[in-house]
Amino acid sequence: MIKAEQKPIDEILKYLNPYNKILLSGCGACVTVCHAGGEKEVELLASGLRMARQKIGKKIEVLEITPARQCEPEFALEMSETIEKVEAVLSISCGVGVQTLVRHFQKIPIFPGVNTSFLGETITHGVWEERCQACGNCVLEKTGGICPISRCAKQLLNGPCGGSSKGKCEIKKEADCAWQLIYDRLKTLNQLYRMEEIIPAKRWGVESRDSGLRRIIREDLKV
Amino acid sequence: MKAGSNLEKVLEKGLFAVTGELGPPEGNDVSVVKRKADLLRGYVDAVNVTDNQTAIVRMSSLAASALVVQMGLEPIMHMVTRDRNRIAIQSDIFGATALGIKNMLCMSGVHHTFGNQVDAKNVHDLDSIQLIDCVRTLRDQGTLLGGDEKIEGKVDLLIGAVMNPFADPFEFQAVRLAKKIRAGADFIQTYPIYDMERFKEWMKMVRDRGLDKKVYILVTLCPLGSEEMIHCMEKDFPRTAVPDEIVNRIVKSENSAIEGVKLCVDQIREIREIEGIHGIHLINMGWTEITRQIIEMGGLFPRPKI
Repeated sequence: MIKAEQKPIDEILKYLNPYNKILLSGCGACVTVCHAGGEKEVELLASGLRMARQKIGKKIEVLEITPARQCEPEFALEMSETIEKVEAVLSISCGVGVQTLVRHFQKIPIFPGVNTSFLGETITHGVWEERCQACGNCVLEKTGGICPISRCAKQLLNGPCGGSSKGKCEIKKEADCAWQLIYDRLKTLNQLYRMEEIIPAKRWGVESRDSGLRRIIREDLKV
Repeated sequence: MKAGSNLEKVLEKGLFAVTGELGPPEGNDVSVVKRKADLLRGYVDAVNVTDNQTAIVRMSSLAASALVVQMGLEPIMHMVTRDRNRIAIQSDIFGATALGIKNMLCMSGVHHTFGNQVDAKNVHDLDSIQLIDCVRTLRDQGTLLGGDEKIEGKVDLLIGAVMNPFADPFEFQAVRLAKKIRAGADFIQTYPIYDMERFKEWMKMVRDRGLDKKVYILVTLCPLGSEEMIHCMEKDFPRTAVPDEIVNRIVKSENSAIEGVKLCVDQIREIREIEGIHGIHLINMGWTEITRQIIEMGGLFPRPKI
């Protein structure tokens, strides 16, 4: 799922400075799971903003809403009536959700309240880690199901660099070396022969993330 | 002959090769290149010209290599995949070979966050093995990477690669060398070697796969003349462990510089006794003046004239 972290409140206060009535919108999907932009965080942040503004004698009215999925038009449009009552929207959904609102509510400023960080999984309570960069042509079948694009700092496709030491990456000592994980996994699966294969240069430019705006069209689902 | 470089000729004749290192200046001061070239001329068969080494911005390896050619030495131009995509890589290779560069070393490069431009966007369009394959394709097929498009001219390059016998997983390191050879590596240079026992273990794996017969292996040595240099080595090459025994020998000596030179000369002797080694790559971490002395004391001077 998409992982995000709330922006520092001072940064948020800075761009909300000109406004006295806003809508704070969370999202019931990914950002709820990573505790960055769910209903609970909307409530907490709203109180924080009210208190901060009261302290400087410049009260702000904050309306709250948390649609089930802010990135889906039908849920975003549920906000239509409320949005008309405010001067700006602060969205603590991911960057996708922010842009869904922008597309549907063109006359009102919409600000992000979180930094969208990565596509990742929950490791344990309070710890999330990157697992996918949505590169567009998955190589997991070649690498024992462990992604070197998201988990190797150099996106290497043919084994670890010289900086792999005792299972860790030299760039971030707390991070496992992706290629050590791949090696260990292939060893367990009795597929070490895969480490001998040369994986050719990736097609970043045609099939992948550097090909410009990506779009999926399913004719069978169109109405 | 693949490239017709001096280095290739020395290696092909079965002579023990010696390469040195020239780090370009952190700016455009040509006199730095000249001073280092003057110190190395006649003492090495070819000289490595590093590519923004340790991710510190320097004069480009291509430009510095071209200057080295003008100064009468043969460069081994380093190229890292960190800073260039495949368009820039192939374009730079055309430019380099047009300027008389005949050897090239392929690597992914130290991660940019270790250097002085930590906010940079890194590239890593290719990895080191794909870069080797790219150069081999240009040279042997005369086509661009991933296409049938013929290139105008000929790319005569001796292709080098790097291996770190101390990286993990250890047992994969011979497999990795085999991949680099299959991709097109003609010679390799290792990381600096201090732990001879582990290096010998690695060489055994290499020989067991017959790889020493398929690629020229140059062992990198770097003299350590002071405690400070040991710290620099640990900082610049965090992947290279300097055993305590060596640290003590240098630090506890009355004259660390002399001891460092002696140690390096001893290492040359030890290396020459290992089967499957074709030469040394003597780096210096800025102590370029000492290179000549070590080469003389190591019995590697004069260099062959071919």
